[in-house]
Amino acid sequence: MAHLRPYPAAEKHMTPLDFPGTRVENWQQKGIEKLGEMLHKYRSLQVYMDICVKCGACADKCHYYLGTGDPNNMPVQRAELLRSVYRRYFTPAGKLFPKLVRATDFDETALQKWFTYFHQCSQCRRCSVFCPYGIDTAEISMAAREIMDAIGVGHKYTTEIVGKVHAIGNNLGIPGPALTGTLQFLEDDLLDNTGHEIRLPLDQEGADVLLVAPSADFFSEPHISSLMGYAKVFHQAGISFTISSFASEAANFGMFIGSFAQKQKIAKRIADKARELRVKRIVVGECGHAWRVAYSFWNTLNGPFDFLDPNYPVPQHICEFTHQLNERGALVFDKEANDDLTVTFHDSCNVARASRMGPSAGGQFEIPRALIRATTNKFVEMDADTIRERTFCCGGGGGLLTDELMDLRVRGVLPRITALKRVMEEDGVNYVALICAICKAQFNKMFPMYGIPMEAVGGVHALVNNAIQIGAKRGIV
Amino acid sequence: MLALIAYLALLTFVLGFGWRIWTYWRSPAPLKIPTTPAPVCKSGVVWRLFTEVAFFNSLFKGNKWTWLGGYLFHAALALVLIRHLRYFVQPLPEAFAYIQIAGIVAGLAMVGGLGFLLVRRFWVDRTRYISSFADYAILVLLLAIGISGLLMQFVFRPDIVEIKSAMLGWVTFQGFSTPEDALFVVHFLLVLVLMVIFPFSKLMHLGGIFFSPTRNQVDNPREQKHVNPWAVAE
Repeated sequence: MAHLRPYPAAEKHMTPLDFPGTRVENWQQKGIEKLGEMLHKYRSLQVYMDICVKCGACADKCHYYLGTGDPNNMPVQRAELLRSVYRRYFTPAGKLFPKLVRATDFDETALQKWFTYFHQCSQCRRCSVFCPYGIDTAEISMAAREIMDAIGVGHKYTTEIVGKVHAIGNNLGIPGPALTGTLQFLEDDLLDNTGHEIRLPLDQEGADVLLVAPSADFFSEPHISSLMGYAKVFHQAGISFTISSFASEAANFGMFIGSFAQKQKIAKRIADKARELRVKRIVVGECGHAWRVAYSFWNTLNGPFDFLDPNYPVPQHICEFTHQLNERGALVFDKEANDDLTVTFHDSCNVARASRMGPSAGGQFEIPRALIRATTNKFVEMDADTIRERTFCCGGGGGLLTDELMDLRVRGVLPRITALKRVMEEDGVNYVALICAICKAQFNKMFPMYGIPMEAVGGVHALVNNAIQIGAKRGIV
Repeated sequence: MLALIAYLALLTFVLGFGWRIWTYWRSPAPLKIPTTPAPVCKSGVVWRLFTEVAFFNSLFKGNKWTWLGGYLFHAALALVLIRHLRYFVQPLPEAFAYIQIAGIVAGLAMVGGLGFLLVRRFWVDRTRYISSFADYAILVLLLAIGISGLLMQFVFRPDIVEIKSAMLGWVTFQGFSTPEDALFVVHFLLVLVLMVIFPFSKLMHLGGIFFSPTRNQVDNPREQKHVNPWAVAE
């Protein structure tokens, strides 16, 4: 079927990431060796290869399985694609009785299945919520992608983007001068609309906060409205901030390809810039997997961040930042500014199931909702089976937000659309608030295909942007 | 002869199980990957693992029927195993008298649960698709062990004194001669087969669950630096 399989990477995409440019000659042997190495490096992989009992609890939890009906998209079966090769080469049962335990050789058929189906996983971890052992298919698909990269069988979209980050500083390849121009344009816009000089500073040494947003926030709708929301919050709170031209990207596609080295290298430029710009805090914008990498991995990858102000967690999510200011009375919101909207919240997978906000478990659900309630009058939840830790992926995560996978994306978004349509019909919802750049881009493209207006999606900080009263003062800062 | 097989099986089980646990133990967890929301302190993690092991929390969220069959089987198996201690302990503490009935009822429940799981595995399209010969074989083996045990309880009563002395000889490493009852020998041989395949099969979920990083990690990456032992500092 068309548009269900990604384009393979070319040599020019692979070599900048230190991967072989083309498929290596003894790829079977190399692949098996790499799998052996990964088993020694990742306890998750080793344990998850062994202990699945194939109970099937995960089978109907994957949005791609629900959307495509392809049995290879059942998380257990997806994992079996790797597990059957593991059994063949690393377990006595698979070496002696391959047929009885379904062990398979690492041959061309197996590799082609890997390439297709490990790129039909958005690493959203929904299956791991329901697994009695917490088996996380994200870990397994990351490992499979890393093995494929090691033998020169890469994925064009993700490797190309990582290359852009190394060369230019962000996923979209926006060079410094273009970024300067965009930010100036937005500042003028903000001045026209509010009458206040709300700044979007670039590379400003000595600012209090380094703001690291997904680069889509500088570039496309509906993302830009959130960027203006962030700027207004900083302005109103009187906290100076800066964007960095070279660390102008929160996203870290190193995670999608499973490479620890790439994750570390991509994250390092942000730590380096924070040091160089002598900021006191780092705040991350509305981006799902970026928040996972920042929250869960930064400390391991490039920590400790002992050069930053110890009074604040490192890093902070923009929702935590805004919420805290609002709790302290530093912001004034006019909820009526959003009265044309009936809002629902889509939990993005990496925020919901792979990170946290605030001091207690589940803060990643409560804080964004608190912000929505503070800025709007009409808030409605979708079906309980499709929100919070049970949320459905938008269908474009995990490095799959690429045109050649359009068919997969259209099918993968289906479970989310179904729940959304229900609240649209029953409660008059006309706006989906969320905090992930990939979800925004994916919904923006998918909604019209399902008869929903493109404008029905936007950031939580787009609501903040509408409701915040500039110049109003209340309480202390 | 049976004694020799029994000791080889015991050795395979103990060494094999230890080898897998050692493998899990020594493999590093390079990154913090708990499935969130996750406990923010160690005692919370202990509670999370306890609820997983004692109540199959996540499975309950995932599929009620599978939970029902799986829980029935595992809980019954636990009771059956406790009751079986009476064949390995001498003198017998008084407490064993009280669990005798519960253990026998559990034997029936265990076979019922296994039968349900087997039918389900075959009946539901999704689980049939993912099942290999080995997945069915393990269920059939457990069923055969359960049924042969129940037959000894309810139909063909063996000489329990002779069996107990053999089992005591086995676990105290004094050796034993093969009991005469054929049904018992079948029951015992099937258990030995189970012990041999245990470390090399999915049955390792018994030990593996405690090593699952998504379940056993504390959610505190910002507060405490988690070190990857094999990372090269850039």
